[in-house]
Amino acid sequence: MENNIIEITGLTKKYDSVPVVDNLNLNIKKGEIFGLLGPNGAGKSTAIRMMLGLTEPTSGTIKICGESSIHNPIKVKKQVGYLPEDVGFYNNLTGFENLMFTARLNQIPETEANTRVKQLMNITYLSAEANKKTGAYSKGMKQRLGLADVLIKKPKVIILDEPTIGLDPKGVKEFLNQITGLSKKEGITVLFSSHHLHQVQQVCDRIGLFVKGKLIAVGNIQSLSEKLFSESPVVIEAGIQYPNNNTKKANSESSKLTEIIKKLKGVTNVIPKDNNSFIECKKDLTPIIAKTIVENGFELVSLNKKEYGLDDIYYKYFEGGNTYEK
Amino acid sequence: MIFTINILKEAIHMKNNISDSINTRSGIWGLNKIFPRFNNKGNKVTDPFWVIVNKEIADHIISWRFLILVSIIALTCIGSMYTALTNISNAVSNGNLDDSFLFLKLYTISDGTLPSYFVFIAFLGPLLGIGLGFDAINSEQNRGTIGRVLAQPIPRDYFINAKFTASLIVVSIMFFSLSLLVMGIGLISIGIPPTPEEFVRIIIFTIAGILYVGFWLNLSILFSIWFQQPATSALTSIAVWLFFSVFFSMLVNVVFKVLVPSGNISLAGEKLRLGILRFAPNQLFSDITTSILMPSVRSLGPLTMQQVQGTIPSPLPVGQSLMLIWPQLIGLVAMTVICFVLSYIVFMRKDMK
Repeated sequence: MENNIIEITGLTKKYDSVPVVDNLNLNIKKGEIFGLLGPNGAGKSTAIRMMLGLTEPTSGTIKICGESSIHNPIKVKKQVGYLPEDVGFYNNLTGFENLMFTARLNQIPETEANTRVKQLMNITYLSAEANKKTGAYSKGMKQRLGLADVLIKKPKVIILDEPTIGLDPKGVKEFLNQITGLSKKEGITVLFSSHHLHQVQQVCDRIGLFVKGKLIAVGNIQSLSEKLFSESPVVIEAGIQYPNNNTKKANSESSKLTEIIKKLKGVTNVIPKDNNSFIECKKDLTPIIAKTIVENGFELVSLNKKEYGLDDIYYKYFEGGNTYEK
Repeated sequence: MIFTINILKEAIHMKNNISDSINTRSGIWGLNKIFPRFNNKGNKVTDPFWVIVNKEIADHIISWRFLILVSIIALTCIGSMYTALTNISNAVSNGNLDDSFLFLKLYTISDGTLPSYFVFIAFLGPLLGIGLGFDAINSEQNRGTIGRVLAQPIPRDYFINAKFTASLIVVSIMFFSLSLLVMGIGLISIGIPPTPEEFVRIIIFTIAGILYVGFWLNLSILFSIWFQQPATSALTSIAVWLFFSVFFSMLVNVVFKVLVPSGNISLAGEKLRLGILRFAPNQLFSDITTSILMPSVRSLGPLTMQQVQGTIPSPLPVGQSLMLIWPQLIGLVAMTVICFVLSYIVFMRKDMK
């Protein structure tokens, strides 16, 4: 337990009795990179703001580095660096001045602050732009400046709220690399919220799926997919040529095939859609299914085996609808 | 113009040095206070509150908005000074009661073409306050800077307190420089120094002006917390200002004309009318300035014949004038405090997104 740097229990926030964050329990270990993955409006930002004491929770407790965010937000904010979504800087000040302002707010002595800011601008490749006004910075530069800004206070935990929004793919890659590098080198715990599953997949040790204010699953990607798809880990997509001059006949043929396949051992569900049938099975049944289709006189056009990635986890849980819609 | 700004910058610089020296934790305390340069600058740690205040002051001074406001006010000052100086000889020869206070006339007389200095201040002061405060919070929210600042280890109220303090410091420095500049120009051109009493009256007038601007500043900060768009909060503040300076007195007078037919004006009715009028901050300020700058003003309300009978027409000493306007002064301070408390509460409860 003492390894947990962030401990959240029963955290709830209601706006007009509508829960935005609903009974959130989460423990994050020291040095971990944790990804909070969820669609827009899931309550990620609200949860993060409560961790910093910027918003008051309706109920529940939050402890970061052993301090309560609700009762002692200043002590928490000394240890935690927070990069808000859509971070802004004072456009009339240079990048260097913006960082010095943050350093002064953290009561870092002037000379130390000076060297530290220069060092951080070096790390984030901004040394050349240090004396440019931040109004002239690109989105990517601003985001890197935001990272430098977060690191000034030498935080034990950094919380990044949708840090990759609006960055181009190259920028995203560089930014994520910097985060992982820092976390490994300095042992900083990182909590990172996003709705981009691929980015989370790239960098995070553990992932929490956060939907409609609830944390529905926590773990690494492998354990998540095992957990979520234990019923039917394999899906086979079969394309079949039905007689296309008669819709009525095609429909009856399709339902006949569905019935036949459903009877096969190991098949958990069959979902017909247009000319394709999605067959969920407990193990790889491709040869048997192919044989069955052909033996029953259907014209098999294609057969595709699908395995689950994070994409499917994402669609299954976030979109809430049919997994195969896309 | 540039001269004024230079003075302001110098003053800010001095201010910074003073606050630095107060907040320095190293070195010998007394020595530091007198000679800021003895600070061990490298290890200097300033309280975060003053860090924000310093930044806000710097922001104000280099902003176009402030330059424009200062130039408007400086230009009108020059204009009113010019009319005052050209008309001062006529004003004295009238044999008025206030003649012994020649210096105060610089602030009050006009020839009818241009309003006098104190009328200008009463008119442009609110504009200055609104101009400095209307986007205090919402622009920071729109730029996304507020979340970053509040994520630093500072109490949340530092932010709004520092904003208010910084604007008030800027206004104070500006008003004192203007008042003293008018005094200096007057001294050079008419060659008569102000008496200590006149000096005290001018200082009280300046402080009252700062309080008055402080009220409008707080009102616009309140609107800047309430409204997401700076344009909305600016318009609302200006609407309130127009309402009080134009429509309020009109409205009150119309209502009283309906209620009290002409010729039937009673003392109690007149007192009530004045009392209601004094809910307007500009009425309070104009009461304050008239009795402070015109020592012959003995009462701000109606007087009965019995009260006037036997009085010797003479100017009031400064203490008595101050007593006369004390309720107005308190009223102005109270309005400012109410606005500030409201903005404080709204700000502390607001969810910062």
